[in-house]
Amino acid sequence: MKKLSLFTVLLLLFFSLPSASAASKKAPPKADDAFPAIALPMPQSPEHQNYLGLSGDKNSFAIQNIQTKVLIIEIFSMYCPHCQREAPEVNALYRNIRNNADLADSIKIIGIGVGNTAFEVDVFRKKYDIAFPLFADPEFTIYERLGSVRTPYFFVLTITENGPGKVIYAELGGIDGAKNFLEKILHLTRKPGDK
Amino acid sequence: MKKAVFVFLAFFLVFSAARAWSQTHSDAFAEKIYDPGKRKPTDSRLKVELGEKAPDFTLPAISGDHVTLSQYRGEKNVVLSFVPAAWTPVCSDQWPGYNIVEAHFAEHDALLLGISVDNIPSLHAWTQQMGTLWFPVLSDFWPHGAVAEKYGILRPEGISERALFVIDKKGIIRYISVYNINKRPPLENLLEALERLKQ
Repeated sequence: MKKLSLFTVLLLLFFSLPSASAASKKAPPKADDAFPAIALPMPQSPEHQNYLGLSGDKNSFAIQNIQTKVLIIEIFSMYCPHCQREAPEVNALYRNIRNNADLADSIKIIGIGVGNTAFEVDVFRKKYDIAFPLFADPEFTIYERLGSVRTPYFFVLTITENGPGKVIYAELGGIDGAKNFLEKILHLTRKPGDK
Repeated sequence: MKKAVFVFLAFFLVFSAARAWSQTHSDAFAEKIYDPGKRKPTDSRLKVELGEKAPDFTLPAISGDHVTLSQYRGEKNVVLSFVPAAWTPVCSDQWPGYNIVEAHFAEHDALLLGISVDNIPSLHAWTQQMGTLWFPVLSDFWPHGAVAEKYGILRPEGISERALFVIDKKGIIRYISVYNINKRPPLENLLEALERLKQ
């Protein structure tokens, strides 16, 4: 009897361990969820620091410190064919926002290269002439916090004084055209009563 | 009782080893990727060394041509990129990365040969998802893994290691990387090796 109960305890202990899927399958944040607080390395380039409204000599910053109301985050990889094909369209989205005086200060875009080294992110940036800031996540730290999504994946969230706000858009795949995407985001950010 | 503890520990170790591990994969492959789980990082013994002449071989390409390593002798540096298996997570995101750095290869007078032990139809279907590749993809399917075996990178389970070889214009091996099969080798390692060919 003693043997049996000890064995049962061991078995129970075993089955209480996180399973292979449960261990890594944290669900990605979806619309209306709070976006996790993540920190990124301070961009080296003054242009990127200006774009994000960051200053100081810190090595990293929290995404809620980005000076914007809405933040678009592209989860990409240099190695991902869809991300490569999508790059010109995301550049167009960035330009459309930058060239619109009403939107330039309130919607910002960043990219996070998951599983990419800083060198690999730089290869991607140069290849597609990407002007918005890209960050490397070589050890999959951010990737895992965001639910280990496939690439490309787009999150759009609000930024408040108290931290990252709510997710307003979270979708796997491309943006289905820069114009469409921007219209979708503007629609989602419109407050009830706005025209 | 000891037996029970042993059984428990054995199960624990096996399942811990099989626990999921982080590797991205592109949506280009959608749900088609098969995850074999975490494998022993390397499991073979190299049969070639730096400074040696690279063993010659001829393999069929998915284009229908046959490619012989020595055909580039005196003309091009050659990078051999062996990947373990089509339709698996890390491999599926390795060659698409090389696909956007053709200019880096050209700058070093180098070409790339992608090799796997999969058969031609599988390689054809798989690489279709990657877009148009600028480099030949060769099948080391039959005799199974013969070229991988010649280089000493055929694993007991019949797949190759995730390995890179840089062979200079004289046919001499100048760089060898047998990387952890579960991870993708950083691109900078390969590009630095190409850079060193100039020295």
